[in-house]
Amino acid sequence: MPGPVQSIERAAAILRLLAQGSGRLGLSEIANSLGLARGTAHGILRTLQMVGFVEQDEATGKYQLGAALLHLGTSYLDVNELRSRAINWADALAARSGEAVRIGTHLQGKLLVVHHVFRPDDTLQTLDVGVLLPMHATAMGKVLLAYDANAAAAVPDGDLEPFSRRTIRTAKELTRALSGIREVGWAADVEETTVGEASVAAPIRGYGGLVVGAMGISGPIERLCDPHNRPRPDLVTFVRDAARAVSRDLGAPRW
Amino acid sequence: MAERYVMSIDQGTTSTRCILFDHGGRLVSVTQREHKQHFPRPGWVEHDATEIWRNLEQIGPKALAQAGIGSGEVAAVGIANQRETTVLWDRHTGIPVTRAVVWQDTRTDMLVEELSRRPDAYIVEELCGLHVATYFSAPTIRWLLDHTPGLRERAERGDVLFGTMESWLIWKLTGGPDGGVHVTDVTNASRTLLMNINTLSWDDTLLDFFGVPRAMLPEIRPSAQTYGAATRVMPGVRIAAALGDQQAALFGQTCFAVGEAKCTYGTGSFLLLNTGHEPIRSTHGLLTTVGYQIGDEPAVYALEGSIAITGALVQWFRDGLGLIGTAPEIETMARTVDDNGGCYIVPAFSGLFAPHWRSEARGIIVGLTSYITKGHLARAVLEATGWQTREVVDAMNADSGLNLRTLNVDGGMTANNLLMQFIADVLNVPVVRPMVAETVSLGAAYAAGLAVGYWPDLEGLRRNWHRAAQWLPAMDPALRAREYDSWQRAVERTFDWIKPHEE
Ligand SMILES: Nc1ncnc2c1ncn2[C@@H]1O[C@H](COP(=O)(O)OP(=O)(O)OP(=O)(O)O)[C@@H](O)[C@H]1O
Ligand SMILES: [Mg+2]
Repeated sequence: MPGPVQSIERAAAILRLLAQGSGRLGLSEIANSLGLARGTAHGILRTLQMVGFVEQDEATGKYQLGAALLHLGTSYLDVNELRSRAINWADALAARSGEAVRIGTHLQGKLLVVHHVFRPDDTLQTLDVGVLLPMHATAMGKVLLAYDANAAAAVPDGDLEPFSRRTIRTAKELTRALSGIREVGWAADVEETTVGEASVAAPIRGYGGLVVGAMGISGPIERLCDPHNRPRPDLVTFVRDAARAVSRDLGAPRW
Repeated sequence: MAERYVMSIDQGTTSTRCILFDHGGRLVSVTQREHKQHFPRPGWVEHDATEIWRNLEQIGPKALAQAGIGSGEVAAVGIANQRETTVLWDRHTGIPVTRAVVWQDTRTDMLVEELSRRPDAYIVEELCGLHVATYFSAPTIRWLLDHTPGLRERAERGDVLFGTMESWLIWKLTGGPDGGVHVTDVTNASRTLLMNINTLSWDDTLLDFFGVPRAMLPEIRPSAQTYGAATRVMPGVRIAAALGDQQAALFGQTCFAVGEAKCTYGTGSFLLLNTGHEPIRSTHGLLTTVGYQIGDEPAVYALEGSIAITGALVQWFRDGLGLIGTAPEIETMARTVDDNGGCYIVPAFSGLFAPHWRSEARGIIVGLTSYITKGHLARAVLEATGWQTREVVDAMNADSGLNLRTLNVDGGMTANNLLMQFIADVLNVPVVRPMVAETVSLGAAYAAGLAVGYWPDLEGLRRNWHRAAQWLPAMDPALRAREYDSWQRAVERTFDWIKPHEE
């Protein structure tokens, strides 16, 4: 078994230190307290700052515990924040693919649509932000099930609700589908929710690679799939690139 | 031949953005950096122009790297900028002589009072389409010349230059002290109080009125025209457009026909209506301004309803009160309640702009009872943007004699669904967001791309416009009327707050 990771130990010590006393310490004070070189302490503090566990006061340069640490139990990324941060790339994805774009997150066993960009053909369409969709029958839902352990844990035992002939019905089938999704990094739903409709989705990641949502396109099967009902590779690339661009802006490591 | 792109620089009030667009007007890469807001005294707002330049030095190359291209693949760059903000710098050193004075700054209010009382003050609006206000550049230039020892002499000798942000950045990009080009465009010049709205050139009567030496002013150019090639940041790239950010958004929304309008929701919000080749005078508190000028074609004018504080109120809620961690969280907080609980916030932080133009007004929160929670306050913050929009739309309808049938929106606040629905509700018209929320940047890119022939004509650009979202009105008319009445009563309570002797 590998030994403890030194930088994580040191990061934990810095957080303990900041949690004590006045809670506002300068770089030298922190480095001296832990017997670290200033450069080392600074590197760890910058990483902690990046993930929101530590904040630096602009005026004094002192460090304190960050708001993200205090709200560790609640959702890590506000859904309205997610929409704001993703809006540019969602627009570009709709323009490139010619299809409607949606962004979704997990909410109590369902997929919550948090953002929707119309198909760029100027026909009458209705915003469905706030709508709840089934997890196991949509591309976005399956992405979240594949990458978000909490979402997966919320799937009830036993048979799954069917929406069409192609909906995944059993837990075993779902497990197999999810491991396939993890392998390729994206998911599709071909007539699993609605006959004649398909969708393709990829994960949106935040710091450390944590999956915070899914982004995808949807439309008629003739446009999204090849004659063998497989999603068109160019569209899959558009979706994955867009989700990656949002992830990069959210601070995800490259993958 | 490798694919080519157009770059935009959006030098805004809170941040600077650099975006690359492809031929379809689709965003390819985007980088952004905020700069510091300095509030040295109540009513003062300043930026450090050098910090803004350094931010551009960072984000420009980063945008290229993100797209995986070199500056050779950039056909042109267009600049959109926060308007009116005044930079004065030394032409020999390239160093600003003071911090830039931002359009929200009210330090010139006494000077503006004084100037407006002069018997010849009526001439100002006649010549430039604007009334004397702290908002515009000329009083600020005058104030800085009066309050900085030796500055007037240096300005008269042409050793100190004036520019709004686009002038500053173009001068820096084209070499600064080593051959930097000192230009502005008609839309930015139309916000100084110094340009004749008909001739589109600096007006001696106005220069005299404000006491601004001609030697410090940039040359006025069309909005879309190659001004020069960059020697830094993106060497060799042609700088081919500059527009004030609001005019850029009008262009990005492809409001090329008379009667087309848009409203951009950022730090402040600005409704602009294309009025064609004639400058139209408002009788309802709107401004006459230049919309754009493409090369040697005649200029297109616009009527503008300027709202000073909308997104900035959300920012104050975040930074001043600390009630939210990020701007979008205001929607989450507002959704914890069903209505405003009887509470209204009128954000007259810099007085009130259109349609009231009350510089002595200051902000208020009214209707407070023990019932009010932070959720109600969050709602009141968002509703303030909705009602202020209603006021400028009412003014626009009255001036144009037409009734607005849909509102085209763009800007950062359009990510807020609760707000967009509220705006549709209070205007009682559909609200439509186009496929590129960064319309300011798109407009600057379009103008630059047209100037260098990357795009052939306006019609082609129009075809890139698509509806990305739409909100339909769904408010009970009686409720709308009641709420509007409450809002208007709240607005009246902000008036006459600052007394002249208190300054
Ligand atoms: N989801 C949101 N809800 C409400 N307000 C928001 C939201 N997202 C951003 N804002 C506000 O919108 C403004 C940012 O939008 P945008 O970037 O378009 O502004 P801007 O005016 O272009 O900035 P600049 O002044 O730098 O040009 C900020 O004032 C912010 O408070
Ligand atoms: Mg802006």
